[in-house]
Amino acid sequence: MEKTALYNFHKNSGAKFVPFAGYEMPIQYKDGIVKEHINTRQSVGFFDVSHMGQFFVSGGRSTELSLEKIIPLDFKEIKMNQSKYSFLINDEGGVIDDLIITRVENGFNIILNAACKDNDIKEIAKCLNSESKYELRKDLSLIALQGPKAETILESIIKGVKELKFMNGNYFKFLEKKVYITRSGYTGEDGFEISVPNVIVENLIKLLTDKDAKPIGLGARDTLRLEAGLCLYGHELNQEINPIQANLKWAISKKRRETGGFKGWENIKKDLQNGVSKIRVGIKPAGKIIAREGTKIYSNTGEEIGIITSGTYGPSVNSPVAMGYVKSKFSEIDNKILIEVRGKKHEAKVSKLPFYKKSYVK
Amino acid sequence: MSEKKYSKKHEWIMLNGEYATVGISKHATEMLGDIVFVELPEKGKSLNKEEKAAVVESTKAASDVYTPVSGEIMETNQPIVDDPSNVNKDPENNGWFFKIKIKDKSELDSLMSQPDYEKFVKDNPN
Repeated sequence: MEKTALYNFHKNSGAKFVPFAGYEMPIQYKDGIVKEHINTRQSVGFFDVSHMGQFFVSGGRSTELSLEKIIPLDFKEIKMNQSKYSFLINDEGGVIDDLIITRVENGFNIILNAACKDNDIKEIAKCLNSESKYELRKDLSLIALQGPKAETILESIIKGVKELKFMNGNYFKFLEKKVYITRSGYTGEDGFEISVPNVIVENLIKLLTDKDAKPIGLGARDTLRLEAGLCLYGHELNQEINPIQANLKWAISKKRRETGGFKGWENIKKDLQNGVSKIRVGIKPAGKIIAREGTKIYSNTGEEIGIITSGTYGPSVNSPVAMGYVKSKFSEIDNKILIEVRGKKHEAKVSKLPFYKKSYVK
Repeated sequence: MSEKKYSKKHEWIMLNGEYATVGISKHATEMLGDIVFVELPEKGKSLNKEEKAAVVESTKAASDVYTPVSGEIMETNQPIVDDPSNVNKDPENNGWFFKIKIKDKSELDSLMSQPDYEKFVKDNPN
């Protein structure tokens, strides 16, 4: 089992560990998931997401064209220091992984899911030519600082970060070393992701905790992203689901939706033209019942129409929240559906996403 | 009121005449984390020892709660349904789950005393 550079910090902070994607990761600390969740929404929290892959690809225009075969973005459109959400696509149009890619000096930083990163690198390498160089940056940690107080706290430690716009980044200096910071996150709150050398990550964490930022575990990360309506790979996304079905058409650049030229294009073109047979939706149970992953979804007349992919209790909306896939004709907002939990059918409805309103800085 | 006893599945039970109050142990709540949903049995339902009686859910997962003895459900604790965090706050008192009319008191003999349960938890940390 691998450990991040902050393992001892987590241990000393009373973390409960779980194995996650080959890493020993904190699921929660002493406060517990609900308090950690609320603290992120109302104040500020930080997440050690160093298990995620920080993959750097360098090269010129031909590298961009190679990446366009597997990532459905228009690379010419990506400005210096701009981040984009996208995917690695397989031959059938399914999602190999979802990712954030940022244009930096001489190339791109790509943030990959921990469980997928080894396979992702093989898939990306297959598309690249000899001009491109790539490296998985194991010398760097990744810290997400999230919540309404994130800007004030980080600005007091690293001057200038408040100028960053949502989905933009830049290099900054911290303890005489280069760190790369983007304004982004996975909670529905304003915040930053800080790529920082392992050797000084504890120094950064010390300053953050001195300013009352609290460590937040993977448990609250999941409830936060679910309230924000964000997909989790392995749940809402996998190799058998394409981005159109996942209701993430917007994450394929407009030009690429028209001209294609990437893996799986034939299937994606078909779904763009004819519509999808099933689609990802938000689902809100009528009562307090929690619909977990794998829960079957039925129409009002009892026809089986889909399945829940993630479900929990949302501490900030104070009700259960879920996402899942339903046959497209049942996907209209407010459409009444039934969810089967422990053998009984319960009322629910299709809900707009996010469940919790975002407050990103534009 | 008699001695509080514990099951291997982390329920506690306290006998009071023909009736017993059942809940989940403090250790169980610590393992579960924040409880966000509780489903209790219907009043009048007859259950056998170790049968599923209730459900508790944390943000992460659902778990079954079993009855440590056979009997009929006489009363359930609505305040823990209305606000499941009441279980975390006081699991072995106000956070009780249900009251059961005991069919066979000898079933209590196989349960653990508090010191035995504490040892059991120590030897079986998960």
